[in-house]
Amino acid sequence: MSFRRVIFFVVAGLFFSTAGAAEEFGDPVAGKTVYNKCKSCHQVGQGARHRIGPHLNGIFGRKAASHEDFQYSKALQRAGRGGLEWHIDTLNAFMENPRALASGTRMSFKGLKKAEDRSNLLAYLRTFSDDPANIPEADPTATPTDHDIDPAILALEGDPEYGEYLSSECTTCHQADGGDDGIPSIVLWPEEDFVLAMHAYKNKKRAHPVMQMMAGRLNAEEIAALASYFAALEQ
Amino acid sequence: MTLNRRQFIGTSAAMAAVLSAPMVKAQGKPRVVVVGGGAGGATAARYIAKDSKGAIDVTLIEPTRKYYTCFFSNLYLGGFKEIEDIGHTYGGLAAGGVNVVHDWAVGVDRDAKTVALAGGGSLPYDKLILSPGIDFVDGAVEGWDLSAQNAMPHAYKAGSQSELLKAQLMSMPEGGTFAMVAPPNPYRCPPGPYERISMVAHFLKQNNPTAKIIVADPKPKFSKMALFQEGWANHYEGMVDWIGEEFGGGNVSVDPNAMTVTIDGEVVNVDVCNVIPAMKAGRIADMAAVTDGNWAPVNAADMSTKADADIYVLGDASSQGDMPKSGFSANSQAKVCANAVRGALTGSKVFPAKFSNTCWSLIAPNDGVKVGATYEATLEKIAKVDGFISKTGESADVRKATYEESEGWYTGITTDMLG
Repeated sequence: MSFRRVIFFVVAGLFFSTAGAAEEFGDPVAGKTVYNKCKSCHQVGQGARHRIGPHLNGIFGRKAASHEDFQYSKALQRAGRGGLEWHIDTLNAFMENPRALASGTRMSFKGLKKAEDRSNLLAYLRTFSDDPANIPEADPTATPTDHDIDPAILALEGDPEYGEYLSSECTTCHQADGGDDGIPSIVLWPEEDFVLAMHAYKNKKRAHPVMQMMAGRLNAEEIAALASYFAALEQ
Repeated sequence: MTLNRRQFIGTSAAMAAVLSAPMVKAQGKPRVVVVGGGAGGATAARYIAKDSKGAIDVTLIEPTRKYYTCFFSNLYLGGFKEIEDIGHTYGGLAAGGVNVVHDWAVGVDRDAKTVALAGGGSLPYDKLILSPGIDFVDGAVEGWDLSAQNAMPHAYKAGSQSELLKAQLMSMPEGGTFAMVAPPNPYRCPPGPYERISMVAHFLKQNNPTAKIIVADPKPKFSKMALFQEGWANHYEGMVDWIGEEFGGGNVSVDPNAMTVTIDGEVVNVDVCNVIPAMKAGRIADMAAVTDGNWAPVNAADMSTKADADIYVLGDASSQGDMPKSGFSANSQAKVCANAVRGALTGSKVFPAKFSNTCWSLIAPNDGVKVGATYEATLEKIAKVDGFISKTGESADVRKATYEESEGWYTGITTDMLG
């Protein structure tokens, strides 16, 4: 869970909990049709300018009410100061019911009740924001999962073969021969220490952005598989 | 109705089970041919050979005997590395059981499943992995083509081009002008041109402090923009003039004979001109007819091409979704691909795809920054899940540690690729 989401829960958690669960990107082509409901007030695309509402280029990752050359409602300005940023979850909630998210917004639109419409519109608008392939720091285009895996693979718990596959992500940076210039060695660690350290990164108790990210998406079984692989190496 | 992720993984596991009867060929072991010995191809070849323990015949086709990494080639320009520090041979791969063939792949016969070699003959394959990197789009920068690469180097494939650009940088007249024509999206290594500007500025600050740098850029913004601009202001004040899309940075032509660059109608005399044109997949991907436009679309779960289930494309040449074109990305994709190819050919277990990337950039001595993300395979593409980026205003200690980390990563990834 990223920092911006933590802020968002503080600011708008109440409203957020009422929003539909459709926080996925749908079909951008269908979203273009849905956008017809927005275009009398909002422009998007090359040369888009502010009209009745602000233009929507680069909306993903943008702080709310942050175009200096647009006069926002006090409600939206307050939300922006409070840390509201536009990501898939917040945009979804705003599209469903603008006034639920910012009660004083001047956006006189009742909202899109159908989750499918919102997800298609989100996909269409996404095409006018930074693409992570070109600007790697751009907003995520998938919602984080805990990487649940199917039962057949879960049965591999502690399987060193799965651990070996997973370990190939470690050896891009950590040298397999135990070298430790700039990046610590991870060979010959006791299994228990390894598991503790990985869970500490996963829970953000150990501070390192790369490791928090890498450990963050491993589930307990996967960490166990890695540990069993590394343990087998020691013998 | 669409398949959700869980069902999709279940389906691919079932598919793997169907394929798990090993494809025993009359002539013996299944064959994998890999074209291109960079971060994608070398990693895939090494992992398939290592993990199949001799059950798969792996051949790598790579024309050069010495491979110079594009990553860290900017550090060579800046004087932080010698050219030999970024050069690697293929001895480790050969020792690891990969047949390394130094030749050009010049054609793919998808029906006969063979790859033709420039030196004559052809190699049969059951699975073909293409990792050819990039080529340049013809006519992308008016006035420039490959015949001008000596006068105006791209230095975007490392090696002799890097050495040429360095030599030109070293012989710049006092107070001269270094120009860069930056590429449009998408291209190899999003922060690469801007790390290069930083390294050139560092070199000039030491050796030619009144020299100027002009960047003509067709983009309105670029990767790590706030970090680079902060760094340029801190370390190289007044030296770098970045002209983005808004000020006509995309309206550029060059004259390699006159050594001029024309930016939005204004002619500038330059002493060195680094032209980085628009890019496309390396040529063999076109020859195999697996491209659509400039790049080769692939399936996110295993990097197989949309055009041919027995041909895989890794790294820069692929069109896969959210991952930036980088050596780290190619290395990550290669491991997912190797696992899937091995599963298809020998029935070994196929695990779910997990991808990651981190790009480090050096702005000045001990001033390193990084950006990274994790990715997952969806039905549609490789999708970004989570990420991080260095902050502006970080302490010198953090930046130094980040630079040292990048040094460790370099040793780690080159060993991971080449053995």
